[in-house]
Amino acid sequence: MNIFALNIALAVAWAALTGNFTLSGLAVGFALGFACLYLTRSLFPESGLYFKRIWRWFKLCVLFLYELVVSSLQVVREVLAPQHKARPGVIAMPLDVNREMEVLLVTNLITLTPGTLSLDVTEDCNTLFIHAMFADDPDEIRRQLKTGMERWVIEAME
Amino acid sequence: MAEIIMAILVVSGGFFCFVAGLGVLRLPDVLMRMHASTKAGTLGSGLILAAVAVYFADTATISRAVATILFLLMTAPVAAHMIGRAAFRSGITLWNTKIEPEAERKLGR
Repeated sequence: MNIFALNIALAVAWAALTGNFTLSGLAVGFALGFACLYLTRSLFPESGLYFKRIWRWFKLCVLFLYELVVSSLQVVREVLAPQHKARPGVIAMPLDVNREMEVLLVTNLITLTPGTLSLDVTEDCNTLFIHAMFADDPDEIRRQLKTGMERWVIEAME
Repeated sequence: MAEIIMAILVVSGGFFCFVAGLGVLRLPDVLMRMHASTKAGTLGSGLILAAVAVYFADTATISRAVATILFLLMTAPVAAHMIGRAAFRSGITLWNTKIEPEAERKLGR
């Protein structure tokens, strides 16, 4: 978190020195500050986690946007097809995440990713119930969500 | 150039919103309708907001557009979750749906 504060300070310094105190000025300053910190990372022994975490959040966002587009195209195909091809099912999925914040993130992401909609979570946050549009192979869906969204969330939050 | 990007964003956003609305009418049961309204609806509104940000291209508009997109991404799935859960628990009839026994038991259908 220390490195993050330093990065923000660099962004503010850049915006102040270029006299461009706008959102884009701050964003450019933040990116430049991040690059500088990355180049001098050997001076900050505890910074490894920071770079790793920023990278993981970035990865989570990009993959998530990609999945959102894929899932919308799938919905488009299903809605515009003359006959319904969906084979819906309700699936139970055990959760590895246990903090409430992580569960919230996982369920939200699952709702927006292809073919799945989170329906309910048990009181103890152990099991998630999912409505899937194409539920021919529940184990495959469980495996995909486990190795995809859930692992990315765990990596980004740790 | 900005105009072409904007046109693409607005047209595709409108298309996804249209499909979301059509899906709510056409799909056979409430849970499948939630798929249409959350996924396509969120993407469509997000694309239109992105077009607004590109058109005005000033700090106030861009920050508002980004904040609106973030709130959409946070709230749309929660709303879908609540509606789907209420529908499922109240025992509406589902179209051709296979329900795993564990889900059946836990949710007390």
